[in-house]
Amino acid sequence: MAGVHHDNRFQRWFNRRGWINLTISTPYVWLALFFLLPFAIVLAMSFATRTPTAPPFSFGGDYPLLNTATYERLFSDSLYIRAYLTSIFNALIATFLCLLIGYPMALGLTRVSRSWRNVLLMLVILPFWTSFLLRVYAWMGLMGSNSWFNKLLTSLYNGIMPDDYALRFIPMMNTNFAVVLVTVYSYLPFMILPLFANLEKLDFTLNEAAMDLGSRPFRVFLDVTLPQSVPGIIAGGLLVFIPASGELIIPSLVGSASRPMIGRVISDEFASARDWPMASAVAVALLVLLVVPLMIYTYYDGKSHEKVRKAEGASE
Amino acid sequence: MAASAGTARTAAKPATAGDISGDKSDAFIRIAGVTKKFGTFTAVDSVNLEIRKGEIFSLLGGSGCGKTTLLRMLAGFEDPTAGRIHIDGQDMTDMPPYERPVNMMFQSYALFPHMTVAKNIAYGLKHEDMTPAQRDERVKDMLSLVQLSDFAARKPHQISGGQRQRVALARALARQPKLLLLDEPLAALDKKLREHTQFELMDIQDKTGTTFIVVTHDQEEAMTLSSRLAVMDKGRIMQIGTATSVYEYPNSRFVAGFIGSINFFDGTVAEVGQSTTIVDVPDLGGRVEARTIPGVSAGMALTIAIRPEKFVLERDRPAGANAFAGVVRDLAYFGKDSLYRIGLPSGRVISINSVNARRIQEDERVADWEDDVWLSFDPAAAILLLE
Repeated sequence: MAGVHHDNRFQRWFNRRGWINLTISTPYVWLALFFLLPFAIVLAMSFATRTPTAPPFSFGGDYPLLNTATYERLFSDSLYIRAYLTSIFNALIATFLCLLIGYPMALGLTRVSRSWRNVLLMLVILPFWTSFLLRVYAWMGLMGSNSWFNKLLTSLYNGIMPDDYALRFIPMMNTNFAVVLVTVYSYLPFMILPLFANLEKLDFTLNEAAMDLGSRPFRVFLDVTLPQSVPGIIAGGLLVFIPASGELIIPSLVGSASRPMIGRVISDEFASARDWPMASAVAVALLVLLVVPLMIYTYYDGKSHEKVRKAEGASE
Repeated sequence: MAASAGTARTAAKPATAGDISGDKSDAFIRIAGVTKKFGTFTAVDSVNLEIRKGEIFSLLGGSGCGKTTLLRMLAGFEDPTAGRIHIDGQDMTDMPPYERPVNMMFQSYALFPHMTVAKNIAYGLKHEDMTPAQRDERVKDMLSLVQLSDFAARKPHQISGGQRQRVALARALARQPKLLLLDEPLAALDKKLREHTQFELMDIQDKTGTTFIVVTHDQEEAMTLSSRLAVMDKGRIMQIGTATSVYEYPNSRFVAGFIGSINFFDGTVAEVGQSTTIVDVPDLGGRVEARTIPGVSAGMALTIAIRPEKFVLERDRPAGANAFAGVVRDLAYFGKDSLYRIGLPSGRVISINSVNARRIQEDERVADWEDDVWLSFDPAAAILLLE
């Protein structure tokens, strides 16, 4: 009988508050377990000293607790700085191109009929249904010097250019161009989807109002649509820029070996050089480089939302 | 006015442009045979309309009657399937919205959320040939016209609904359009503010002299605001006229029933005289005398419509025609007037409004529940409707 009584109390607590707490805490627990804890480990590792034994790093005991040698090397060795710059340069170009290609597509999606919209959205998402690796391999096949695609481009090029400049093939594989191309291809949906979500919510009456007040369609776009889609541009830009700058597979498969990107450097330090502290330091620095600007943006964005809420509260 | 009322009263078919009295030259806006189809659905069905310069003209109708589609065709957002639209003698039919001398005040106001009040009002001016100083001057004038000078630097979300409405009006008027379109201008305001704004709108229209076309589903709004109005149903214009002519002389059962409340009776014409027509009305239990209108002939079936306030309620049988006996079934006291529901011997129950002109005690009033009463009306109050 006591057990039944206990069950009832637990059940009542669960019905009233428990399920809410459980639901709210799940993502926090998830983040703590699978992001904060591993990140703490990586952070600790970056201050360790490399050892030839297993595990390949140690701190405490015979070794210093906070070994800053890895960070000193990070800022002095031009290999790392160059890799960061290449990563950020490639990611910026790819993000910009994604925006240039994705914005008209997202805008187009909001202007077509509902049935067409579903079909087209499906087409945007469809590539996710095949393996990412497979799609990169497909590009390797296309860009390779003996592919029909390369031959077609080469003959087009040779047709236009004078004979002195004739090429046997167009060198596309193992270049930064290839990295940017495949990155744009791979991450385009991450630009289109948040932009579409933003543009779809915009009130089309505002466009009509601008047109009514004498603006031609392109002017309407600049004055009304573009300023209101800034949150979508930022969301899509971050979703492309952040993974693109840490990208490992694309530069490894199609990139230039002489100009490694940072993901490649981390992977090499871990796997080939077995310098886990160095790899950790590179990873921590990348995180700081990417997350700090994001945090600043989120802070100001939150502040401006708060201002809007306050003002709305005042006008009611 | 008398002429137009007379025409409206006798018009047996939906009113057309021919309804406007006067010569053709005073038509500032001419809508000729305009039809708009969306697929197989006809939103606007061959509408003819002429509107004079400086008028406040209302398009009145229920939702889906085509009034908003007609307004959007005037603004240039929809292309007519057939017909032409002329404004000030210029054919506007194929002109894009940004080239028309027409501005619109949207029902949702459609203020640009990322611009201040002043920027919103100035928006349309950047396409005008003006110096920055002239532009600022115009914005200042507009702000003072709508009494918002202190709010120039606010964003739309920082002002109240009524203020937003005035910003929308100022923005639409800033380019000094030949025609201003107002889509349900007062719908989003509460009742008190609506009454106040109504007069403000009329005042601003008077000051600027701009021609206004107002779309509304609110008959009171249409009647107080407009110099003339058109009642629309199913894409067609049912009647055009002044508030008085449409209310007192509706030309169809639809218009009579749409504007205000009314009692309908089926009848058969017994006699047609020079000025008086006698109609047998079984529901009233007798004969009704009404004014003769063209098109009636003995033996034809028609509808008699009488507004609730046209009845006179008395305890004793009044002298003269159109007197009928009934019993008070229900009564509601509203203060300025009372509503009586009178049961007739035929079983019909009709509504009667009686103005409480004198200050009386409850036991002094004309009739109480279950009292036998007499109701009567002037022959001129009975509306004969052939359709």
